[in-house]
Amino acid sequence: MATKIATRETDERFGYQSFSIGEFTFSRDEYFAYIHWPTGQHVMSVDAFLRALQRDVAWDFFYGIVNFDNVLGTMNHYGKVDLFAGRFNEAYRKAELDHQETFVTEQIRPLFKSMLSDWTNEGFDPFASPAETGTAFGSKHGNNDEAVTRRRVTAERMVAVPGDEALRTDDNGHPINRQFADVAQDEPELHPAPGYENEVCGFNLFAYLSRSQVTWNPSVVAVCKESLYCPTTEEYILPIMHGNDRVEWFIQLSDEITWDVEDRETGAKRAKVVMRAGDVAAMPADIRHQGYSPKRSMLLVWENASGDIPEMIAQGKIPTVPVTF
Amino acid sequence: MEYRTKFGSLDSHDRGRVEPIDDDPRRYAFSNLFEVAASSKPYEKVAVAKNLQYAIEAIRAEGTSQWRVADHDETALVMDGEVTVELLDLADPNAVASGTEGSIGLDGDPKGTPMGHAVAGRGHMVLLPAHRAYRFAAEKPSVILLQTIQGRDTVERWATICQTMI
Ligand SMILES: [Fe+2]
Repeated sequence: MATKIATRETDERFGYQSFSIGEFTFSRDEYFAYIHWPTGQHVMSVDAFLRALQRDVAWDFFYGIVNFDNVLGTMNHYGKVDLFAGRFNEAYRKAELDHQETFVTEQIRPLFKSMLSDWTNEGFDPFASPAETGTAFGSKHGNNDEAVTRRRVTAERMVAVPGDEALRTDDNGHPINRQFADVAQDEPELHPAPGYENEVCGFNLFAYLSRSQVTWNPSVVAVCKESLYCPTTEEYILPIMHGNDRVEWFIQLSDEITWDVEDRETGAKRAKVVMRAGDVAAMPADIRHQGYSPKRSMLLVWENASGDIPEMIAQGKIPTVPVTF
Repeated sequence: MEYRTKFGSLDSHDRGRVEPIDDDPRRYAFSNLFEVAASSKPYEKVAVAKNLQYAIEAIRAEGTSQWRVADHDETALVMDGEVTVELLDLADPNAVASGTEGSIGLDGDPKGTPMGHAVAGRGHMVLLPAHRAYRFAAEKPSVILLQTIQGRDTVERWATICQTMI
């Protein structure tokens, strides 16, 4: 495991800090993020880089692999994280130019948080759709720490249960999104008998989602043991390619998303999946996927959060598909 | 610009598809929950998603269901129509054995204290708390998406509901 402590220094020309961890270094200028490692280097639009970094930080490295693009990414081992370049890219592997280092999460998490904070300028919100935020480009000006440190919703039982996650309202900073102006805002009628007020619970999930300020950010709204409903609102492109370490399910609640599905290891194209309202599809555990949503849409992402699954999949003890028929 | 949000319903759903490049569409278990409910019997619990023991069922709500109870929380999301959810604080604390996965049906009208009810329309989610009995009622055919664990009454018919061919 890499032990070299993360370091940082400021570039005088553009005002941004450069960061290093292990043998990886990260720097940015007005347009691009630059990543170097002993056997290669990579450049990404800083706009796309920050949108990907925002998800990786907010989800604490998520389930499985967060590919920033087809070269750079992280793989979560839940306590440790691999930072890699070219590991899931067949050409890099063949040329033996891929590179990977493993860090304890406590080491890489603060570095990624610092980089996200330092590189995000005032007026740019990496979670917002491109039509609803300013530019990521230019020399360093201000910050948007309020946006990049948003609290992630994680209900224990269900949103709107007394003591659990609250509903979204105009008053708590959640106006209805411009693309969901036509979504009904009625709430279920609740008629609890005296003494059962805490158990007769319900809420309008569609109205709740219509008031989400962010895109491509699954958050937990309902729980059945390790079964987590993680709905999210999607607009434009998922800023990462998510490589699964378990089966994941999508239920399209509204509108339409097209998914590009690639082989998890090589990046070879496997399928396109077009999902419309009411469609249900599994993402197998051996692929990676990236979604395109032309209109803001509601997607129910469903996860089995069991910590045992990645190991069982890796050892071939359970299949990479949810059902066979 | 005015945006129109497109939801699905029993009467109107426009199914997408898997377009394989180098894969078998069955691996994606692609179905449409409205299509499933449109061809189900009332209150048939048809799995549309499954991840090891956990399941999501598409349920056609029509008329009044039997009473059911589970050892764990479940949630009911109404995807079309309107459903009344009645809850009952059961007199028998052992109505469902500890560790039972999914819900079990209860015969007739079980004894207990009425807890009240919720009337849920499209997009509304209602908690079905562990150990509390519940039943659904719908005047018109409606659709419930149920978050649960696969149980004895979960129906699996993947080959019928899923895309199998290119
Ligand atoms: Fe995913």
